[in-house]
Amino acid sequence: MTKLYNDKALDEIKARLEKWEKETLPRSLSRFPERSEEFTTLSGIPVKRLYTPLDVKDTSYMEKLGLPGEYPFTRGIHATMYRGRIWTMRMFSGFGSAEDTNKRLKFLISHGETGLSLAFDYPTLVGIDSDDPLAKGEVGVCGVAVSSLLDMETIFDGIDMGSITTNMTINPPAPVLLAMYVATAEKQGVPYSKIGGTTQNDPLKEFIAQKSYVFPPEPSVKIAMDVVEWSVKNLPKWNPISISGYHIREAGSTAVQELAFTIADGIEYVRHLINRGLDVDSFAPRLSFFFDSHINFFEEIAKFRAARRMWAKIMREWFNAKKERSLWMRFHTQTAGVSLTAQQPFNNIIRTTIEALAAVLGGTQSLHTNSLDEPFRVPSEFAAKIALRTQQIIAYETGVADTVDPLAGSYYVEWLTDKMEEEAWKYIDRIEMMGGMTEAVKRGYPQREITEASFRFQREVEERKRYIVGVNIFVEEEEDEIRNVPLLDINQREIEKRQIERLRKLRRQRNNEAVKDALNKLRKAASKGENIMPYVLEAVKKYATLGEIMNTLKEVYGIWVEPPIY
Amino acid sequence: MGGAADILELIKEIRGRRIKVLVAKLGLDGHDRGAKVVARALKDAGMEVIYTGIRQSPEQVVETAIQEDVDIIGVSILSGAHIPLMERLISLLREKGIDDIPVFLGGTIPLPDIPKLEEIGVDKVFLPGTPLYDIIKYTVEAVKKKRSRGN
Repeated sequence: MTKLYNDKALDEIKARLEKWEKETLPRSLSRFPERSEEFTTLSGIPVKRLYTPLDVKDTSYMEKLGLPGEYPFTRGIHATMYRGRIWTMRMFSGFGSAEDTNKRLKFLISHGETGLSLAFDYPTLVGIDSDDPLAKGEVGVCGVAVSSLLDMETIFDGIDMGSITTNMTINPPAPVLLAMYVATAEKQGVPYSKIGGTTQNDPLKEFIAQKSYVFPPEPSVKIAMDVVEWSVKNLPKWNPISISGYHIREAGSTAVQELAFTIADGIEYVRHLINRGLDVDSFAPRLSFFFDSHINFFEEIAKFRAARRMWAKIMREWFNAKKERSLWMRFHTQTAGVSLTAQQPFNNIIRTTIEALAAVLGGTQSLHTNSLDEPFRVPSEFAAKIALRTQQIIAYETGVADTVDPLAGSYYVEWLTDKMEEEAWKYIDRIEMMGGMTEAVKRGYPQREITEASFRFQREVEERKRYIVGVNIFVEEEEDEIRNVPLLDINQREIEKRQIERLRKLRRQRNNEAVKDALNKLRKAASKGENIMPYVLEAVKKYATLGEIMNTLKEVYGIWVEPPIY
Repeated sequence: MGGAADILELIKEIRGRRIKVLVAKLGLDGHDRGAKVVARALKDAGMEVIYTGIRQSPEQVVETAIQEDVDIIGVSILSGAHIPLMERLISLLREKGIDDIPVFLGGTIPLPDIPKLEEIGVDKVFLPGTPLYDIIKYTVEAVKKKRSRGN
């Protein structure tokens, strides 16, 4: 492969650099000693003082970078990227009752949001009904409560499901929520061919990080792959899985670990689907990804670029994918919730802006920007609007979206992209040696790696090797600002009470024989190892509740209890 | 911010057995990063730490606290359900006649909720960004106070 620089040019640079190190640099260092002996990225990768063509001298442009829209897609999956179409501004939202969330979604759409993303409350996330004793105090708090088809119908009342796409952050209950979405769209008269959106449906990262698992690892993966298989066959526009690094990162991993574990999860799912007898090109174009965008600016950009290159290579070389779309790593990005601080909370707007910019320079397909008040509560309308406007300013004012992959060719960014890839492969090799991610998760390997990394980070903050403004530098002892953040006011008790009444009324009014019959059929199908999706859809249409469906599945698959490692 | 030496001094002043702490994830949320980091820091500071794992009910936490005979309970909640959950936890402790185990809480807690939590009987609330040293120091001092009352 042809290299970017000829030997003569490199020799000249090398000679000049040596001279610079002997003459120019010492003069400068004596006047301005450096701030630290060592500079590192958040993943601990040492950052050199200066990068030159010597750091990327072996790079073959065509092999490592190529052109946007072409293999290996380092520069982006589309030829024109944001010159053609700005990323989808998709704000994760949901709280209170289905009516409250319906109102918030309409508010965001009216302010220019271009895609929906539903946040569910904890009972829904772990698959229990709002009237379950364990749900007490949690109904409608950190997301919207959805216990039956009735709630989903209310959320989308007056919103055309045929013209907007919706992400649903839901994992073990993904088949149930997808079924509710499909049934609601059907009632609106939207054909299957027009139903678009995403179910997160990524069970492995639940064990690694997000911890809303219900079933043990193997059945969890089986159920998730049922959703993928059914969607690929029935919903051509649906992304049935969003392979997520976000939660891995938020739980404390480094950027390298986020990259590696997410791709290792993806590899595991592809193997499962191929083992089911599916052709790789039938499902690979529907796989989507989800990453965090943290505060260490260049490392994040390098991570996104490395991720695309690695996935394209894996799909082509390991799994023999032929379709171009099968090689695309399409991803959603969310700014780092964990980087926000309760101290001097208005600074969070700036953090989010920088992180959002990194996501855009990294070539994301859609983006959620966090709100300044999230260290305290689900965002207020005011804070959510600033977060959306942040994206709109990046998109329409700054000009960063006007050329494709503008940081390509930066010696540092290209060097760091290579470095991220190199380090991530080491983790992937280790996981492969263990027999893949399901095995690694059962051994607690990624869980331990993350716990170690988060503790290391915390120690660095305490030792002031890492700075966080307002936390360990520029601290204000008596700050007023923290008291001046207007917070979303929700009447939780009232929401819970109304939701429970609604659910009880539904249980009285529906055809309970039909529900029982649908649940029995589901139980039988699950026991026989069939794809559960058609049976879940049937039960949902009969207004079986989320909890009833999940309990039926628990009878068949059992539940998972994690050993408490710290 | 203090250092390891200050903590050693503090711990020296404590009489009797090693401090025993229960770190509990109350409610349904799975955000266990903070709880684990705190558990690890308290252990490294020389305390005996029991970590419950996630998705614990108030009943389970109280039972573990009694069985393990802990000095103090640290609770982590990031779901927003802290008020009803802490109400239930503390009233269960009181029902069992326990009023000498201090309970502290960490998580995403809106400021206006802090006085309410204190009224319920939460001894101390820590917001995101709290240095581990502060939590260690608080734990040692709270246990010291408790034991001096007990004698």
